[in-house]
Amino acid sequence: MTVLDPVWTSLLYLTAAVFFILALRGLSSPRTARRGNLIGAFGALLAVVTVFFSARLENIPWIVGAIAVGTAVAAPVARRVKMTQMPQLVALFNGVGGGAAALVALLELSHTGDPWVRLAIVFTLLVGAVSFAGSGVTFAKLQELMTTRPLVFPGLPIVMAAVLLAAVGTGVAVVLTGSLPLAVLLMVLGLAAGALLVLPVGGADVPIVISLLNAFTGLAVAASGVVLGNVLLVVAGTLVGASGTILTRAMAAAMGRSVAGILFGAFKGGSTAGSTAMSERPVRSSSAEDVAVLLGYAQRVIIVPGYGLAVAQGQHTAAELALALEARGIEVDFAIHPVAGRMPGHMNVLLAEANVPYESLKEMGEINPEFRTADVALVVGANDVVNPAAKTSSGSPIYGMPILEVAEARQVIFLKRSMRPGFAGIENDLLYEPQTSLLFGDAKDSLAKVLGAVKAL
Amino acid sequence: MDGMSLLTVTVLAVFVGFEVVSKVSSTLHTPLMSGANAIHGIILVGAIIVAGQAADPWVLAVALLAVVLATANLVGGFVVTDRMLHMFHARKETPAPKDPAGRRENPGPNGLPARGEGK
Repeated sequence: MTVLDPVWTSLLYLTAAVFFILALRGLSSPRTARRGNLIGAFGALLAVVTVFFSARLENIPWIVGAIAVGTAVAAPVARRVKMTQMPQLVALFNGVGGGAAALVALLELSHTGDPWVRLAIVFTLLVGAVSFAGSGVTFAKLQELMTTRPLVFPGLPIVMAAVLLAAVGTGVAVVLTGSLPLAVLLMVLGLAAGALLVLPVGGADVPIVISLLNAFTGLAVAASGVVLGNVLLVVAGTLVGASGTILTRAMAAAMGRSVAGILFGAFKGGSTAGSTAMSERPVRSSSAEDVAVLLGYAQRVIIVPGYGLAVAQGQHTAAELALALEARGIEVDFAIHPVAGRMPGHMNVLLAEANVPYESLKEMGEINPEFRTADVALVVGANDVVNPAAKTSSGSPIYGMPILEVAEARQVIFLKRSMRPGFAGIENDLLYEPQTSLLFGDAKDSLAKVLGAVKAL
Repeated sequence: MDGMSLLTVTVLAVFVGFEVVSKVSSTLHTPLMSGANAIHGIILVGAIIVAGQAADPWVLAVALLAVVLATANLVGGFVVTDRMLHMFHARKETPAPKDPAGRRENPGPNGLPARGEGK
């Protein structure tokens, strides 16, 4: 195979890097997002083709075969996955990327004697392994292969500290000696650290951790670019590291939490655990027919979809209900909390899948002043994001989190599975207010019953 | 490339990374995370270089594992992001969501050939 002039290789890599920047910028605006993603894919294709001509490579049939295997596994999964399961798929893809970066760094160790390059190798090994194991645990949590509650055992902080200390010590030893067995040990320590980092994180905070691990993988890729002297990897990895950091902070801010608090809160006695005590106060439980009457004779209804709706796959039924109400001349909007669903913006994707028009999806800042003009706020499978405790009780773990102010609406209806508190494990006083009524059951079933009753009005 | 140039490039890339996503609405947080996730799949380039230089069969085996993992990250990442964004797109073209025929037209033919163009 002919080998390109290094200048051409560099120019093509530069072009790919520019495509990645344009891709991220495109992804930041709804109108250009899809084109942005295609530009990114094209940049990646250009870079992968270029690398085959950048140097005299051996084993090309094997490499092409491995690419075919990776594509054959990932593409059908990505195409068929249910939209509600997308967060865990992103976690999985992120993890394997981190793993690939760590393996690349491991294999490069024998090719260098430069301590600075070895330092980059150590960084890639450790961060890549943390990302791989952390994403694996995140996947297991989201797929509900394991408990979504924070998993803490006595002595966890000590174990974590010991692992990190051992990792730093091993890392220094690898930089000094370039020993391969020690590098493997470092990877194992990284895997342990990644798992220990994510185990104590509660279900509601998992999306933020995915975003953080995404940024980690970006940094690992950037460091592997330093190892290989490849500018494209440096630029692409750094771009992802930087944008991932911004995104993580934006997500944490939307939940009124700090990233450090999420990661280390459980170590300090569990801010994510909270109290699970239930009160004995009476609530007003109602039937699907009652709810249908309230909705059917309202003028303005605001639907607040939450995690429960996503889990029950009730987005299509919710969209149908909105249509049925609109057919009666009722103004219907969806109020989307920034962290509704399992990832920020996840609810928008789910409702878009159910063909809810874009104009009906209102972000928190836009819809909050409108609750006081609404006759009914219909809360479907959401709890923490409408809990007034976030505004009123300074001792509450969610204090300071911005909420949707459904309490302002004339009537509030909760479709809930049970009286169990939400992820944050805090009771919601709104459930006991006189204007609130509750319809118990699976979100999708309840919506279907209400929809049937509305149509029968 | 020497250390100083790499550092320069890295610092500039950090600022570009901050800049391009600083004003994104929360609606697009999930696709953006997914798209950024796909971009770091470019580690595939690194994996190919390492596999292409491997002389020892064990080294080759590990390098090929890296190639498989990186490809999964890269291809799967772009495909799943495209699927997410397709939903935003489809909605704009079907202002009347009551028409099921118009709804079905969009997903199939649009998504795949668009990706094929890149090849």
